Amino acid sequence: MTAPALSTRGLAKRFGSLVVAEDIAIELPAGVRYALIGPNGAGKTTLINLMTGMLRPDAGAIFLGPTDITALAPDERVRRGLVRTYQINSLFPHLTVLEAVTLVVCERRRVAQTWWWQLAAYSQEIDEAYEILNALTLGPVCHRVTRELPYGQQRLLEIALALATKPKVLLLDEPAAGVPREESKDLFAAIAGLSRDITVLFIEHDMDLVFRFASRVIVMVGGRVLVEGTPAEIAADPRVRAVYLGKARHDGALQRNLAGNAP
Amino acid sequence: MALTQSLDAPKLYFQSRTRWRPVEIAFWLATLLPFALFPDYLILASQIAITALFALSLDLILGYAGIVSLGHAAFFGVGAYAAGLLSKYGWGEPITGLGAASLAAGIVGYATSFVICRFRHLALIMLTLGFGLMLEELANSAGWLTGGFDGLQGIDTWKLFGHFEFDLYGYVAYAYSLVVLFILFVFARRLIHSPFGLSLRGIRENYVRMPAIGAPSRAHIRTIYTISAAMAGIAGALLAQTTETLSLDSLGFERSAELLVILVLGGAGRLYGGLVGAVIYMIARDRFSGIEPQYWYFWIGVLLVTVVMVLPNGVLGGLAKLAARWSRA
Repeated sequence: MTAPALSTRGLAKRFGSLVVAEDIAIELPAGVRYALIGPNGAGKTTLINLMTGMLRPDAGAIFLGPTDITALAPDERVRRGLVRTYQINSLFPHLTVLEAVTLVVCERRRVAQTWWWQLAAYSQEIDEAYEILNALTLGPVCHRVTRELPYGQQRLLEIALALATKPKVLLLDEPAAGVPREESKDLFAAIAGLSRDITVLFIEHDMDLVFRFASRVIVMVGGRVLVEGTPAEIAADPRVRAVYLGKARHDGALQRNLAGNAP
Repeated sequence: MALTQSLDAPKLYFQSRTRWRPVEIAFWLATLLPFALFPDYLILASQIAITALFALSLDLILGYAGIVSLGHAAFFGVGAYAAGLLSKYGWGEPITGLGAASLAAGIVGYATSFVICRFRHLALIMLTLGFGLMLEELANSAGWLTGGFDGLQGIDTWKLFGHFEFDLYGYVAYAYSLVVLFILFVFARRLIHSPFGLSLRGIRENYVRMPAIGAPSRAHIRTIYTISAAMAGIAGALLAQTTETLSLDSLGFERSAELLVILVLGGAGRLYGGLVGAVIYMIARDRFSGIEPQYWYFWIGVLLVTVVMVLPNGVLGGLAKLAARWSRA
């Protein structure tokens, strides 16, 4: 039995009297596609912030493979293979698409400290960046300035930046947020096409996409993990139904989807 | 065939960015004009070249890494006093003087960079301002060494390469300053087009994202801050060596503020912004102070307000916009 790709033990965080994470223990086996769902304010993004080191937990530990990474800085975690994307685009507005991804590749390959040799001399890095962009259908726009890209392509670039770090575990915070329904399917198709060496956890509200692309689902409520299981188990779970039924007025679409996908 | 072309294209883009453009070559040829056209103004031309180098050093941290500094004169001053003191106490050889000045300023820059790299925005402005004020008062109180308020007397710069005497008309001073400026400009230009330069632009564009792509931003900032400080130190040393006088103004708050004005006038983040800004500012100051000896800062103020309102990216930003519109039409 090998160690899970990513796991947490007793993870807790509070802001004053507000508990945003409590006793979170999860294990992501290597190569699995996980969906993280839950009502607004359940602590999904907070959990990603804790795992990637953007927030310091009050208690608990985080393991990447067998290694305890709880004390590591965010950039050090990325270099070890734990990488995230953002719900709201966090890009480099005035860099071209190719420049942005080349920047990430250069950082990963530890050549970003060189200030004497010119970028054009780093053809391996540039080619790798271009290949990543091509795989995500961004090749034709690689010389466009980031802020001039259409929104849907900016969402793809958000993922391209993460992929250029060669992640072992990829945490996607609502990758299709703000993207029209039709385009979001293409986006998830790109995610589904990722190498099986990469373990993926994604936050998503659209239950259609969750049931189609996740092999397992974690449900969070009020800063705690409510239940974890296969999509079918989650859809049939009375506690999950209670959570979403109780918030039917807010999450009507979600609840409909949940019912519609029950076996 | 088409396939190989498309694979080469990404690299060609980076190559095209590093190529010297005709307008750049024209700019550097124009810097030789004062020798032929304005031989009476070579002293001023030399001061402009020194200020341009100083502004270039600020552009590296402000224009490329987004580090706003209101205390950059500290490094200029450290370099100036290092070269001045070396010369006063018996070693007036100019080239090694530059080396000593860059070393001294670089060490001070490296030491403060550990604090600088932890802050952004307003906090950074206040920190650099604070460091600048501290150094100014230290230099003032150490009168036995720096000459304090009266300035440093007794600087004697030896002949350049043991051969060229620094003359009263500024021929050697301008040639010397211009060559040093050009060499360091080529250095800065290479740096900007290197992988490190790309990372600096990443820091400027999105500081928060950098750790999330595995980039050690703080280490990058420490490196560029040290390089920028060393470069500012060389500019200071050039001033001390070519004028053979030195006062506390050289590291004062006013010089830091003036430098920021110069870079904003020219356009930050464009390498040439500091150079063009220095030319405009120094000539404007020379003219205004001739016409209006008491109130010339008023006109500098008018110039600054006009440029910022009409050309938010400085004179060069405006020119680039104009050129883009022209090529499209």
